[in-house]
Amino acid sequence: MKTILDLLAENPRLSNHDIAVMLNMDEAAVDAEIARLEKEGVVRGYRAIVDWSKVEQKESVIALIELKVTPRRDTGFDEIAEEILAFDEVDSVHLMSGAYDFAVYVTGRTIQDIAMFVARRLSTIESVMSTATHFVLKKYKDNGVLLVDSEEDERRIDLL
Amino acid sequence: MDYESLLNQCAYNLKPSGIRKFFDIAAEMDDVISLSVGEPDFKTPWHVREVGIETLQKGRTQYSPNRGFTELLVEISRYSERRFGLKYDPKTEVLVTVGGSEAIDLCFRALLNPGDEVLIPEPCFVCYEPLASIAGGVPVPVVTKVEDEFRLTADQLRAAITERTKILVLPFPNNPTGAVMRREHLEAIADVLRGTDIMVLSDEIYCELTYGDERHVSFAEIPGMRERTIVVNGFSKSYAMTGWRLGYAMGPAPVLAIMTKLHQYAVMCSPSTAQFAAIDALRNGDEDVARMRNEYDMRRRFIVDGFREMGFECFMPEGAFYIFPSIRHTGLSSGEFCERLLRSKHVAVVPGSAFGDSGEGFIRVSYSYSVKHITEALHRIKEFVSEEL
Repeated sequence: MKTILDLLAENPRLSNHDIAVMLNMDEAAVDAEIARLEKEGVVRGYRAIVDWSKVEQKESVIALIELKVTPRRDTGFDEIAEEILAFDEVDSVHLMSGAYDFAVYVTGRTIQDIAMFVARRLSTIESVMSTATHFVLKKYKDNGVLLVDSEEDERRIDLL
Repeated sequence: MDYESLLNQCAYNLKPSGIRKFFDIAAEMDDVISLSVGEPDFKTPWHVREVGIETLQKGRTQYSPNRGFTELLVEISRYSERRFGLKYDPKTEVLVTVGGSEAIDLCFRALLNPGDEVLIPEPCFVCYEPLASIAGGVPVPVVTKVEDEFRLTADQLRAAITERTKILVLPFPNNPTGAVMRREHLEAIADVLRGTDIMVLSDEIYCELTYGDERHVSFAEIPGMRERTIVVNGFSKSYAMTGWRLGYAMGPAPVLAIMTKLHQYAVMCSPSTAQFAAIDALRNGDEDVARMRNEYDMRRRFIVDGFREMGFECFMPEGAFYIFPSIRHTGLSSGEFCERLLRSKHVAVVPGSAFGDSGEGFIRVSYSYSVKHITEALHRIKEFVSEEL
């Protein structure tokens, strides 16, 4: 059975009424449950998945930056992460297993902007040993949503 | 050449599909939003497709035995046992067919002599009547009613039986109404049939798509009914495998033997690639079935709610993936309703009259579509209702 969270994660624009209908629940119970999920921080927010490449005046560049760092005594990686995530340019910060430590997604207006951001802001953070910057060329799928035109419905209606 | 006089008269006189007009209109439009198809919107589960691909890569492209690959016959038999507690001998009581449709055709042709009557609960899938006719039978519609939630009742059955009655078709879960027959309803039908020689063609192709606590009960499970029942089933709806064309029939060996003979002469065997894939579907597909059923179930409640809010009387279907709302309050025939909706809002639904005269006053709306798609269609139908009715 799907849950309220499953449905919200797929489409946060469903009304509470529709969620109640689909899950065969009482609408008041859905209201209360969503309020609880928000209050307890399980649901952290709702936002649209936008393909910015289709919006002309909003040109932007996205880069994945791999950071290798030296964990600090006492605070390990956490304090470094907090310094990184404080920048507005940073979209997401993940601590990784494997060849590097942090995967940082950064959005900027131009490649130059991002290059400068990495050189001046990220690489200068104490404990950062090295950076490797990879620019995103094209997004095909983001957050589980296809950004390329989806396939047509090829089913025929005349078969009944 | 005067083809009309050359053609088989029975075939020539079969009614053509009632909705051709609609898809001709729809084909002219570029932004039609359809709620009209009768097949899953899901793709065949990837692991099932993969098995098909693998067998093609290995070159396993030969005929199968007429009846089907033994492995598949055994899996079908196991499935029937674990789902319904029904044991069928894979060697003599199971036949793999080209879709459920071929099994229906074979069943009629194996059983009917000229003039034998076939009781067909309506509204129903469009193929029973023509296939019964072409096999020499006389189709007798038995009208089910919305007040009975479109179930066949014992009284209706009793009233329709004559000394010529040979076959009763039990098309449940039902296309187009979404009706199901629970165990108690099947028991009541069985009571009428006991002591007669009437055979039953139980078309259970939607058996995995029932909603609510009670799962589908096969008519052959009812005591005394196995010996008179040909169960028709397949992979199209349960596993989203429509284009693979694979179904099967299970029933008493003497009937299956004749069906197998006809199958052998007409098509040799069912497609081998599809059979290999179906073996995997039966062995590893339960979770896929549950996932799809769950998704249909949510859409079912969503779309029924949407239609009821617009003022349509709509019975809550318990099976398949259609709703069958009444449009009588609009004063339009179902054909008029559908044509006007299509022309003005470019939404395609199917007139109930396409499923027999008794479907007049209703429309069939498929929810084999994403919630997003259904939402858009409901929005347009709402505009149609407020602007034009």
